[in-house]
Formats: sequence, structure tokens, C-alpha cells
Amino acid sequence: MALMNVNPTRMEMTRLKRRLKTAARGHKLLKDKRDEMMRRFVLLARENARLRVEVEQALSGALGEFALCSGVMDPAMLEEAVLYPARTVDLKIGKANIMSVDVPVIEVDDASLQDTQLSYGLAETSAQLDGAIEGLANVLPQMIKLAEIEKTCNLLADEIEKTRRRVNALEHVMIPDLQDTIRFITMKLDENERGSLTRLMKVKDMIAARDNN
Amino acid sequence: MPKVAAIGSKDVVLAFKALGITAASVSSPDEARQKIHELAKQQYAVIFITEDLAESVSETISRYKTETLPAIIPIPGASGSSGLGMKHVRANVEKAVGADILFNNSKEEG
Repeated sequence: MALMNVNPTRMEMTRLKRRLKTAARGHKLLKDKRDEMMRRFVLLARENARLRVEVEQALSGALGEFALCSGVMDPAMLEEAVLYPARTVDLKIGKANIMSVDVPVIEVDDASLQDTQLSYGLAETSAQLDGAIEGLANVLPQMIKLAEIEKTCNLLADEIEKTRRRVNALEHVMIPDLQDTIRFITMKLDENERGSLTRLMKVKDMIAARDNN
Repeated sequence: MPKVAAIGSKDVVLAFKALGITAASVSSPDEARQKIHELAKQQYAVIFITEDLAESVSETISRYKTETLPAIIPIPGASGSSGLGMKHVRANVEKAVGADILFNNSKEEG
């Protein structure tokens, strides 16, 4: 409820009216943007929560198995075994645009997952190691997927918050202020008009009285 | 070439090394912080970090939160999940929606 500091003139009022129109239009657009982002976000967030539960379970299992291996095997041997991995993880990074938010699209190159050769000798390593690494390799695509979705959620959440603030600022501050100021100028102009009208009437009366004498 | 990295205690990252993921074993939060900056500079796309470390370097992680890449993802260590990752998901929802609307669902699932 704060009036802007403006001159109560007709020109100022036209300017403010134009600004009010822009603000109202911007408010509507931002509101639509927020609603659509929210819809997408809720879908993604659900997926995110589901995937995280899955990955966390699978990963704890695989890592637990790996920890068992490191118990069985000589630490130096274990380190040696994984020193030169046969697998490599190749990623394809793209960019997608969700409601003008740049989000990454991360894909694992399938070719890099197919390779299941063992990179270590069978003699010095425990059999569990094979299983543990296999298990980890199976979780990996899901982990990458989780990374993509979680990042997208992060970015979207941030943008939604910003948009919501903008919508609220427009709705509760900017637009009421503009409306109030326009009303103030209208009143002031009307008052001036009434003022000059009465003055004219008074002058007319004075002139009539003088002529009659 | 965009790459994947894992940061954590030695026995955890060793496992990831077998998959061809760049493994950075760190022993202190300071080291982890430095490593994150280093990896981010080298254009790593995904950085996995174990939950115990993620908790102690949370301010560094939140610095990269609004950047498109890298995605820094907390993962459970060998001792199982402490729920930190889920907490992040929930915090996201709360930030965006203003209320935790997924809480009931995820409780049923997990």
C-alpha cells in the first residue's frame, strides 16, 4: 500500500497504466511458467525419490560385497587388480531445455558397458571380486540416470523458487502499488477539476454581481 | 570427454575404480573440498561422493548446485545409507513446492 512518488499529471497516469498492463501480462505469463514447471518437477521428483531408493539399496549391497573381498584378499593385490580397469565409462552429455532451464542429459555409452572382460589374473583374486564388480557395473547405468534426474530436480527447484518470488512480488507489491497510484492520480485530477470549476463559478458570480451594480 | 569421478574413503572408491571411474580417495573434508573443485574444473560431468563426506563438505556441494554441470551426487558408503541423499531430494521438493508432498510416498517405498 505504498504510493509511488510521482507527479499527479495525466501523462504520468498514462505511463503508469501502460506499466500496469505490462505487469499484469508478465504476472500471468510467470504464473503459467510456474505452474508448468511445478507439474514437471513433481513428476521428476517422484522419479528421483524412487530411483534413489533403488540405487541406494543396490549400491549398498554391491559395496558390501566389495568390502568382503577386501577382507579376504591382500590389500595390495586388490589394489593391483583394479589398477588398470578393462571397462571405461563413456558418457554422452547433452543439454535439454525445460521451461528455459538448461538441464543436462547424461547418457552412458552402451558400448562401454558391454565389455565384461576381467582385467586381472584369476589366481590372486577372490571369486567374490568378480561378482562384486559385476554387481557394481549393473548399478552404474542407474546411478548415472539418478545423477541426471537429481541434477535436473536441483536446477528446477531453484528456478521454481525464483519464479515464485517473482510472481508473488508482482501480485502482492507491484500490481497493487500501480493500481493505488493510478487511483491516487485520478482522484487528484478530479479534485483539481472540481476546484477549477468552483473557481470559475465563483468568478462568474462576481462578474454578474459587478455588472448588476 | 566428459567423465565420471568418485570421491570417498579408499576402500569405497577402489570399487569404483574397477569400473573405470576416476577414483579420488581422500581422508579429510579439506582434501575432499579441494578435490571437488579440481574435478569440476576438469569438466567432470558426474561426481559421486560418499554420504559421510558429503555431509562435511555440504557448502561446497551447494555451490555447484545451481550450475548445469557437474552433478554432485551423494551415495551410500559400504556401511549403508544414512538417508542424507533422500534428505536432499526432500529439501528440493520443499524448496520448490513449499511443502513436503513426497514425504508420505517415499516413506511407503523406503
